[in-house]
Amino acid sequence: MSRLDGGLVDRDRVLSFSFDGRRYVGHPGDTLASALLANGVKLMGRSFKYHRPRGVLSAGSEEPNALVELRTGPRQEPNTRATVAELFDGLEARSQNRFPSLGFDLLGINDLFAPFLTAGFYYKTFMWPKAFWEKLYEPAIRRAAGLGRLSMGPDPDAYDKGFLHCDLLVIGGGAAGLSAALTAGRAGARVVLADEDFRLGGRLLAESHLLDDAPATDWVRMVEAELASLPNVRVLTRTTVFGAYDHGIYGAVERVSDHLADPAGRVRQTLWRITARRTVLAGGATERHVPFRNNDRPGIMLAGAMRAYANRWAVSPVARGERVAIFTNNDDGHRTAVDLLAKGVPVLAVIDPREHAPRLGGYQVMAGATVTGARGRLGLRSIEVTRNGQPEWLECSALGVSGGWNPNVNLASHHRGRPVWSEDHLAFLPGGELPSCMTVAGAAAGQGSTHAALHDGVAQARAALDALGIAASETAVPVAEDAPLRQTAFWHVPGRGRAWVDFQNDVTVKDIALAHKENMRPVEHLKRWTTLGMATDQGKTANVTALAVMAELTGKGIPQTGTTIFRPPYTPVALSVLGGGNTGPGFRPTRLTPTHEWAKAEGATFVEVGQWMRAQYFPKDGESHWRQSVDREARAVRSGVGLCDVTTLGKIDVQGADAGEFLNRIYSNMMGTLKVGRVRYGLMLREDGFVYDDGTCARLAEDHFVVTTTTANAGLVFRNMEFARQCLWPELDVQVISTTDAWAQIAVAGPHARTLLSRLVDDFDLSNEAFPFMACGDLTVCGGLRARLFRISFSGELAYEIAVPARYGNALMARLMERGQDLGATPYGTEALAVLRIEKGHAVAAEINGQTTAAMLGLGRMVSEKKDSIGAVMSRREGMVADRRRLVGLMPVDPSQQVVAGAHLFNPGAEQGTATDQGWVTSSCFSPHLGSYISLGLLEDGDARLGDVVIAANPLAGVNIETKVVSPHFVDPDGERLRD
Amino acid sequence: MRYSGLRLFAEALRGHRGWKPLWRDPEPQKEYDFVIVGGGHGMATAYYLAKTFGKARIAVLDKGWIGGGNIGRNTTIIRSNYLLPGNEPFYELSMKLWEGLEQEFNFNAMVSQRGIINLIHTDGQRDTYRRRGNAMLLAGADAQLLTADEVRERAPFLNFDNPRFPIKGGLMQERAGTARHDAVVWGYARGADMAGVDIIQNCEVTGFEVENGRVTGVETTRGRIGAKTVGVAVAGNSGRVMAMAGMRLPIESHVLQAFVSEGLKPTIPGVITFGAGHFYISQSDKGGLVFGGDIDGYNSYAQRGNLPTVEDVAEGGMALMPMIGRARLLRSWGGIMDMSMDGSPIIDATGIEGLYLNAGWCYGGFKATPASGYCFAHLLATGRPHEKAKAMRLDRFARGYVIDERGAGAQPNLH
Amino acid sequence: MLIPHPLLGLRDAQEFTYLGDASLLNRPDPAEGEAAFCDYVFLRDNPAGVHRELWYHEQGDRSWLVVTRDTVTHEILGAELARDVKGAGA
Repeated sequence: MSRLDGGLVDRDRVLSFSFDGRRYVGHPGDTLASALLANGVKLMGRSFKYHRPRGVLSAGSEEPNALVELRTGPRQEPNTRATVAELFDGLEARSQNRFPSLGFDLLGINDLFAPFLTAGFYYKTFMWPKAFWEKLYEPAIRRAAGLGRLSMGPDPDAYDKGFLHCDLLVIGGGAAGLSAALTAGRAGARVVLADEDFRLGGRLLAESHLLDDAPATDWVRMVEAELASLPNVRVLTRTTVFGAYDHGIYGAVERVSDHLADPAGRVRQTLWRITARRTVLAGGATERHVPFRNNDRPGIMLAGAMRAYANRWAVSPVARGERVAIFTNNDDGHRTAVDLLAKGVPVLAVIDPREHAPRLGGYQVMAGATVTGARGRLGLRSIEVTRNGQPEWLECSALGVSGGWNPNVNLASHHRGRPVWSEDHLAFLPGGELPSCMTVAGAAAGQGSTHAALHDGVAQARAALDALGIAASETAVPVAEDAPLRQTAFWHVPGRGRAWVDFQNDVTVKDIALAHKENMRPVEHLKRWTTLGMATDQGKTANVTALAVMAELTGKGIPQTGTTIFRPPYTPVALSVLGGGNTGPGFRPTRLTPTHEWAKAEGATFVEVGQWMRAQYFPKDGESHWRQSVDREARAVRSGVGLCDVTTLGKIDVQGADAGEFLNRIYSNMMGTLKVGRVRYGLMLREDGFVYDDGTCARLAEDHFVVTTTTANAGLVFRNMEFARQCLWPELDVQVISTTDAWAQIAVAGPHARTLLSRLVDDFDLSNEAFPFMACGDLTVCGGLRARLFRISFSGELAYEIAVPARYGNALMARLMERGQDLGATPYGTEALAVLRIEKGHAVAAEINGQTTAAMLGLGRMVSEKKDSIGAVMSRREGMVADRRRLVGLMPVDPSQQVVAGAHLFNPGAEQGTATDQGWVTSSCFSPHLGSYISLGLLEDGDARLGDVVIAANPLAGVNIETKVVSPHFVDPDGERLRD
Repeated sequence: MRYSGLRLFAEALRGHRGWKPLWRDPEPQKEYDFVIVGGGHGMATAYYLAKTFGKARIAVLDKGWIGGGNIGRNTTIIRSNYLLPGNEPFYELSMKLWEGLEQEFNFNAMVSQRGIINLIHTDGQRDTYRRRGNAMLLAGADAQLLTADEVRERAPFLNFDNPRFPIKGGLMQERAGTARHDAVVWGYARGADMAGVDIIQNCEVTGFEVENGRVTGVETTRGRIGAKTVGVAVAGNSGRVMAMAGMRLPIESHVLQAFVSEGLKPTIPGVITFGAGHFYISQSDKGGLVFGGDIDGYNSYAQRGNLPTVEDVAEGGMALMPMIGRARLLRSWGGIMDMSMDGSPIIDATGIEGLYLNAGWCYGGFKATPASGYCFAHLLATGRPHEKAKAMRLDRFARGYVIDERGAGAQPNLH
Repeated sequence: MLIPHPLLGLRDAQEFTYLGDASLLNRPDPAEGEAAFCDYVFLRDNPAGVHRELWYHEQGDRSWLVVTRDTVTHEILGAELARDVKGAGA
């Protein structure tokens, strides 16, 4: 098939491409659809349910039929609309949802069973026998359903995200959008103009209209050049504004390199978040079709699309010598006949149901006639035209259909504003609550003539500028056609056979009639019962027509029958661009401790703790199992000295005259009475009375405290302190600041801790008398480095935590190791830390899980009754007090047996079920100190059952283990070591 | 009219002339014994009230069209994988009802038990899931703790080596899965209608009529309707409806967005939940990937959300299964969730005699539909809470018996 | 969403952490007892319409704001520093 004259394709260059393995050629400027049509390919897809052969319906993003799998390998892109896929050299596309081939599809047999596959048929059957649904019916349905295939490989392309800010966002680069952007651009406003097409102009590219007696494309080019010259205007082609969000924020996707064979180092697409003070929506309109029997034959397309292919892409809808017919209920459809004739394409007739149909050119008009059937399964051969009840079959190879135009109200309804029916336009216009500061211009607002669109664009831009206080000068608008809208409310051709309303999902007029019969009449029920409008085009070409058909059946008007609003996105958006960019290590950024590099050099294994990566353990040569490393590290702490980076614990500086009083209210226990130079363990409750964090609080000066939090809650505690300070007690003189990142903190724990530290401190008395357990102080180390020292112990051993400015953390660790060589200084990670704390019975997140009370943790006395504090009142509620589960230690009766965390506790001999549940195991580890597995658990009346035997049940593994209830303090219950 | 393959066959042969409306559209009567407000859980309630508890003179009022609330706006997941004794037995009752639902109400709701996997990334998470899995087994549900390799067998396309969240295993419930949400409410509606329940659409309650501390009826946009017993099950609208009865609730309304992709050939085997990355996904029978993540996080009645959450969810999806990148998001929507102060629901009487409340479902109401309807019907019919729902009391907050699965405390957007 | 920070101008809502109803400013006196605290901690007006609510500028200047926002349209009608609101005895 040869090209027509004219058009906007670059004939000097030839692009080679393939469809279903066959090679074709096209030109720059082509879409896949235009190039296929130019090569005489009519059959491009199969429908969803009946697998009917389908050709292209439209020339834009509303396309329901011509969906292909584009590209190969991991770039394979299913469900790509051939009408918007820009042709590039080497493009490969395949048809989809067919087997074995597009021309012969075995599931085409569904079409023969169509009488059984009516709307909602699957709700009425496949129920017996019960087991057959999942084993037989559903898998078969799932295989048959779906459209294209994913490659199942990871997307190899890169994506980007960005922000744009503007005074005016213009959505759509057609007549209205261009004149709006030009008006605002000339006025000096910051303008973003976005258009989904790869070329500005919108419908102007598809029409043969003149602007000021010159081709419209001349004007488009002129405007484009001027916009490009304005530094305050940014034009984004290949950019779809897909969603209107709150406060003038829009989501848009720019297809940066989808039109290239290879992105060649560029991103594939960019997600723009555009914040606009004002928005003009100039999204144009979408043509409707008119259902009639077999109106889905390949070769039947929208009349406006046919015009676009002829004018913009110089593609004839038929081969040389074949004829085209037009079926239209409005004057606009006649233009297709005029334009085709001008291009030398023979037009059989324009069939127009109106008795007084116009004749705008040298073609035959069949007034008062309708198309009542079509033949040609793989390509249209003839149509049945009925006039005065007399049918006749006429040969033609293509049919253009126009049922009028629907303004693209989509974005205007994203804030749930309901479009309103206009009897003048026979269409829904934007209505209800529009997104903030949005106005609608041009065909999207029902201003469909070129003249009206150009003027409306200027007017809406001027109104927006006015609202922004930006002065606008006159924008001259070229003289353009201003044909009146003349159409009739003719929605579908009644009669026998199936007439398609929603092409992709195979919803016919009959299905709507069935929905009516079954009382699925509200439009939302109609959609869900028949799947109308649920396809990839979201009903752009179907919904209004379906509504009209339903209105006819109910005898109510269209507005009484309903309307549907659209939801984002306007057209489907690749998940990779929405989520791209931040899916690797950047998905959730990690924080590294000050000694990370040191630990890495030592060969540490790392583990994620909160946002941090912490050293988990430090395997040594010859250690083949993590337990060997961990046991060694834990033993080293109990017998020598261990070193652990504990920087990740939150550190909050609390300062001010009222700091003590403030902390009294933050902590459940008394903190204001703490003496300077001392540290106290503290417990924090939520206002609902449950424990949420614990840690130490050190008083460095009368008006200066340092609070430590758990790693995971560092941010939360700080936020809550700010809340307390600003929202509850602003009268208190207190300031807080997070210093977690400022200080590197290293735990030095074990019998030799003092010896080791004494080798580093500058002239500081570390003796038990001068610096006892729970002491703290400022000092210098290593010859003048400022530091803070806290004598606190998580391991139960003689221990200190020393803090130095974060940048010295690495060096301090190295120095400690070096100086401690003869003492057996051993770095230990989070695993050994966990072993040590379980041996000591300290609660961590496994026990302080937001569901436990202070009493459950054995810390009931830490909720002071002498003062108010957050959560104190609520912690005394009946149910909280009644919870008698208590933290206990658990030792397996047979020491070789391992009780795992997550096991539930039962009385021996009891039937195991929800009602007899006595608690659960919170933490478990192997204790090298005791040579046995040990656990912590929360057990009913646990504190009164020391010495009892309970069953730790792990039904997931089918294991029951007898365990003895013991004190949770497995090591040094009297705390002599840490005071040593 | 009974639905079956045979009926479908017979109707096909005679041009589908014999089908009857799924339900009637009756004018509201002056008075009912039971008025149920809300056509989601409320429809299930009416169904069981009529069918199981043998009650009559029942109406279901919905302010819009049946299925227009959260029952038609969710990600269709059904599961009973809860931890706490206040929840798990209830959801397991729901699961058992799901398993017999289609045969019970003669409507194919496409209950599909293809399993759910909650992914595990850390040792701590495994311990937590072990506790939960054991709680499930102890309550008579099914659960399995999977190793990473076992997860890989079922979902080889996952990114097991994500640098931040490597997959170390999963908690699986094989009996979990999905159901076709619209069909669930249609099935209940059709069943209720056949049992004599009046389904009144486009009937918004504008006030409660209370005399001497006892409810006597409701004011509606379609006039006054007298009622001996009123049950309110209006999900995200609980706050504003109960305010008309002078009640403040431990509930905030939040928007949860959900997403569906274009149709694809079978890709995802069951339901996969990536809690650490705020993402969960399944694939519908039609082929669309149905997925979601966190709530937007602020109070809202707008039925729409914002872009940051969309990006957050998509990022979670891409991090977990990078092969979905070239699939396209087709549609997103927002539902209004009745987020309660402990993340668990309320099925209870109120301070007003004859007025009952069913609320606080957070974003988990769909799976609960059968049990919620059943237990609420039990409460309305007998005045006593059902055994499996007795922890879902309204006074549990004041008395300190919260059912807080996450341990997040009294902040609804954290549940 | 964009939040009009009284000190910093329009800021993206992503910089903030949401807490909930601004009634959380009105913590009861412990002497008022459990019932008052139950109201404070658990019960909400949850209006469909104008809602005064607390947002924390966590990725910013750490201000707690009282934002007045319509929960039906998401329109923001104003924002104040919580400290000022509290100081004014709200």
